[in-house]
Amino acid sequence: MSRIDDYHAWPDAHGRFGPYGGTYVAETLVAPLEELKAAYLRLRDDPAFQQEFADDLKHYVGRPSPIYHARRLSEKIGGAQILLKREDLNHTGAHKINNTVGQALVARAMGKRRIIAETGAGQHGVATATVCARFGMQCVVYMGAVDIERQKINVYRMKLLGAEVIPVTSGSQTLKDALSEALRDWVSNVADTFYIIGTVAGPHPYPMMVRDFNAVVGREARAQMLEQFGRLPDVLTACVGGGSNALGLFHAFLNDRDVRIVGAEAAGEGIASGHHAASLAAGRPGVLHGNRTYVLCDDDGQITETHSVSAGLDYPGVGPEHAFLKDSGRAEYVGVTDDEALAAFHLLCESEGILPALESSHAVAQAINLARGLSKDKLILCNLSGRGDKDVHTIAKREGLEL
Amino acid sequence: MIPAAMNRIATRFGQLRATRRTALIPFITAGDPIPDATVAVMHALVEGGADIIELGMPFSDPMADGPVIQHADERALRHKVGIADILGWVREFRARDDDTPVVLMGYLNPIEIHGIELFAHEAVAAGVDGVLVVDCPIEEDDTLQPLRDAGLARILLVAPTTSSARLARAIEMAEGYLYYVSFAGITGAAKLSADAIRARVAEMRQRAQVPIAVGFGIKDAASAEAVAEFADAVVIGSALVDALSSATTAGEACRQARAFLAPVRAAVDSIQR
Repeated sequence: MSRIDDYHAWPDAHGRFGPYGGTYVAETLVAPLEELKAAYLRLRDDPAFQQEFADDLKHYVGRPSPIYHARRLSEKIGGAQILLKREDLNHTGAHKINNTVGQALVARAMGKRRIIAETGAGQHGVATATVCARFGMQCVVYMGAVDIERQKINVYRMKLLGAEVIPVTSGSQTLKDALSEALRDWVSNVADTFYIIGTVAGPHPYPMMVRDFNAVVGREARAQMLEQFGRLPDVLTACVGGGSNALGLFHAFLNDRDVRIVGAEAAGEGIASGHHAASLAAGRPGVLHGNRTYVLCDDDGQITETHSVSAGLDYPGVGPEHAFLKDSGRAEYVGVTDDEALAAFHLLCESEGILPALESSHAVAQAINLARGLSKDKLILCNLSGRGDKDVHTIAKREGLEL
Repeated sequence: MIPAAMNRIATRFGQLRATRRTALIPFITAGDPIPDATVAVMHALVEGGADIIELGMPFSDPMADGPVIQHADERALRHKVGIADILGWVREFRARDDDTPVVLMGYLNPIEIHGIELFAHEAVAAGVDGVLVVDCPIEEDDTLQPLRDAGLARILLVAPTTSSARLARAIEMAEGYLYYVSFAGITGAAKLSADAIRARVAEMRQRAQVPIAVGFGIKDAASAEAVAEFADAVVIGSALVDALSSATTAGEACRQARAFLAPVRAAVDSIQR
């Protein structure tokens, strides 16, 4: 790929990030996507809309989230300083709410009263149900039957918030099937229904819109770094499933060429085992869920089932902008195994009193790996995308405890 | 070299015009309910009155299809049905039937991973006439140029939500036939309202060079007859796939295919164009 002059200029008018992204959807979805794109482009330049979004992020979500210097963790590792962008302190406990607040405001502006969403671990479903409760909108969440079994607490949270959770029993009964089912609902009910996609994937304009709503993370972090440390970080790291928290952090720094960017994918039981969800590290370019990106598939082009201890990273595709950043060399993507993530989880709990989500534990593990090879004056900014309360049962079970 | 491909579709519609009949286009998923049945069922469909056969290429994530087709895809994929199998079946079908057009319908990822140019070349050699790639709208048409270059008809979808500017482009680019999906939804779901689509199809027939096929939601003789009054072709998919789904042998699947299609054929033929 030729040199990129301005990373903030993407996607192009067709929703492409270099060769990735685009609108690979059935004919019936083209018109709703055009309608959404027109509405979003108008709202993006509307100061009143942006002001309302900013107000909600401040007063409802609780932004800005702090950057915390994890001194004891850094000392234990003995290398670079590890800084945590505390998205886990947001309302509902993760970065996901940034996007759902934004899209709910778009839905309201478009006059749509029924909201649908897909969810894997349940975090996006909870974040969507939350904003629907707040805006008084009907909420339907599609969730794989396997995930419903794995994430009972989040299912109940969604119900408490007034959402209807519909189990998806097709395919592998996980996130990718929930996404397909939500798309089907949207096609059939497009007149009154708005589909809130939870990550930077799907057809244009979703990868751009979800990124824009999460980009507040990086904008805040960049200003906070200059204020607290007088300089930008040397390295950024974040976990990448679909990749929304990662792009949220990375985007503001993409043109700061001296800042190294490393995404941590779920390597599960190890990439060589085949049981992983590392689309960028081990997949190949293909087309899934409306966009061209790296996917995990077999030699017949069938999408393969993925594995990660973290349900939120358990997805066989990845946002197209990440594919673009990988190919252009602007960002690196590495695999972090289940075991590494769990070790990082415990280390952060014990050294800082912070209980990270299993997804975010992948980023913490990567920050630790990077810190080991760097001197003490270097700064690594790690996106702590969510809190780990939802994962306590999974971790206990994995370690042989029954709560 | 111009292969027989597009000519087979044009020839078939020419014959139908001459006899003032409406085309009947059944859809089945390749390899479903059992891989051994596909070629035999294709022949049975022709015996039952099929003018063109649409053969679905199974995909793990068929997001534009309803549950009936998705389950058919899952059944076929349990038998590891892939592009090589499907093209082999078309070749086998062609050994006994060189006239009935075969259109493959599927999703982009399996075709891309196979290699689009290789797929195009092999499909033509096997005797495929057209390809409908569900998740590749006209905006992404460049992706499928190798199919056109090889002489395969690029079958395009038009929906009730298609804007008139896009419809004009689709009409301009259409090859083989234009496939009008008769409600804003997924395959096989909602009920068909013939009146609601009649006017749009009439408009399309006036403007387009190629015939207009109407599909999605046609489930039996009555709904097929209603559509045959105003369309050049009637596509029937989910209901047929559902009818075949319980067959455990090729013979049984063939009997069900013929039994399903015969009354639909009669209903379509009751309309004189």
